Amino acid sequence: MSTPIDYLLHLADNAVVLGQRNAEWCGHGPILEEDLALANVSLDLIGQARLLYQRAAELKGGDATEDKLAYFRDAHEFRNYTLLELPHHGPLVGYAAADRDYATTIVRNFLYSTLMVLVWDKLLQSKDASLAAIAAKSLKETSYHLHHSRDWLVRLGDGTEESHARAQAAVNHLMPYTEEFWTTSPAEGAAVAAGVGIDVWALRPEWDAMVNEALEEATLTRPNFHGYVTEGKVGLHSEHLSYLLGEMQGLARAHPNATW
Amino acid sequence: MYTQAMDIPDESGKKLAVVPGAASEQEAAFEARIAADGRIEPQDWMPEAYRKTLVRQISQHAHSEIVGMLPEGNWISRAPSLKRKAILIAKVQDEGGHGLYLYSAAETLGTGRDEMLAGLHSGKAKYSSIFNYPTLNWADVGVIGWLVDGAAIMNQIPLCRCSYGPYARAMIRVCKEESFHQRQGYEALLVMMKGTDEQRAMVQDAVNRYWWKCLAMFGPPDADSPHSAQGMRWGIKRISNDELRQKFIDATVPQAKVLGVTLPDPDLKWNEERGHYDYGQIDWAEFWNTVEGNGPCNKERLATRVKAHNDGQWVRDAALAYARKQKERQVKEAA
Repeated sequence: MSTPIDYLLHLADNAVVLGQRNAEWCGHGPILEEDLALANVSLDLIGQARLLYQRAAELKGGDATEDKLAYFRDAHEFRNYTLLELPHHGPLVGYAAADRDYATTIVRNFLYSTLMVLVWDKLLQSKDASLAAIAAKSLKETSYHLHHSRDWLVRLGDGTEESHARAQAAVNHLMPYTEEFWTTSPAEGAAVAAGVGIDVWALRPEWDAMVNEALEEATLTRPNFHGYVTEGKVGLHSEHLSYLLGEMQGLARAHPNATW
Repeated sequence: MYTQAMDIPDESGKKLAVVPGAASEQEAAFEARIAADGRIEPQDWMPEAYRKTLVRQISQHAHSEIVGMLPEGNWISRAPSLKRKAILIAKVQDEGGHGLYLYSAAETLGTGRDEMLAGLHSGKAKYSSIFNYPTLNWADVGVIGWLVDGAAIMNQIPLCRCSYGPYARAMIRVCKEESFHQRQGYEALLVMMKGTDEQRAMVQDAVNRYWWKCLAMFGPPDADSPHSAQGMRWGIKRISNDELRQKFIDATVPQAKVLGVTLPDPDLKWNEERGHYDYGQIDWAEFWNTVEGNGPCNKERLATRVKAHNDGQWVRDAALAYARKQKERQVKEAA
């Protein structure tokens, strides 16, 4: 059984975009140990993206390759959650410059890895054996990412007055973007129908419980949500993704016939 | 990655003086262990000058690793394929890991990481000058692997036999990883040389910019190397700067031929009589100018390290505050 390509691209784009973001800390972390940890998280995500793109390229056939999918699609073709493309700081327009904020990084990694330990765990049962194998590898890695980000969420929330304020601001900023997890895109619908994907909606109670428990331990409050639900996974992104891709894809696109 | 020869004097080294003839029983035991090529361990007595030299050398080395993350980190976001991106992230992460072991090795000598970082941030402590040059095209990443890590390995292999145990043991692991980086860098360049004209031009441009800087990494000529003699006697330094430089050149010239690049030195030619390659004059004035802080990227490199440290203060404070609270809670629970 094979998975709808758009569903694989959704999973792969999530991984590559967040991998790209986390790697931005390399050389700039708050302490050497965290430089190493975030590089490691990034490396895992890039590795997951590669396997997923390879599987998508295999199903797509023709001259598709992992790099063609990662480097030669435009922003509107990307299927990642909007949450993952945001810069490491509070809400600012696409061309604003600001310092990276570690709380934003940690809260995002926590919200996403909490979802993904549940997603990968369910995908172990996927009828697509290749996807199930990728899920098995990714689950181990994502459990570590969750462990890392949750520990830091609690430290920041229950640390100093400043770290608490920063963590709360990051939660307030990012939590609304998680609403996108719970809508069903055509690709997700098709994957569920084919027995290869999962119904994300069914994961919500467990995700809510895990998030609420961690926020409570971190002495943080969960904001009420109302408003716009982002639609990155159907290709309607924030202003930030095209900057991220411009940087990531620039060199590869300047030399389209080169192999590296 | 590392570092030029470790005998670049810095502030901490200026007051170094070896007191001859002050032989105590402890000192005699130390000297005997050195003479027998044994290892000195953290709990062993050692002369203060030996300790200071090691702290200076190991911390310079550690600083070089973490500053060295920046020139290569510059290309992570733009790596032209996912495979190369993953290799580069892993490599830069390894450099950070080397920094971590080396700070730990230096800590066994009684100097804390904060103190060493303060030395780096104030500009008192040095790091390898090779990282004060910019990485201007993607091939720089491969050339740093091939030549800079290649030069580092030449410098570091002898340190695996360094008389100070924790440093020697750290270097064994570091060298294994560096040799992997060197092969990865060379392989990336081989692929580029088989590619388009533009890719070949990138490789040649990177080699042209880095060749002479790599030769300078071995440190000043033996005649001008102030700390070398004592370092040799103490088993901290095993092979002289000039010998290592020659060894590197002799090993690299055939690799450049296989790769198909030209090394930018018209005087580079095989000398049958010496059994080595002859090479041209290194621009030592430029080298010292860069060591003194006036190279193309010194200010950016250092300011970036300082900014990361300062920006991260609130995160480190939070971790400490949380740990303190946890401890208090445990005490309360126990009571």
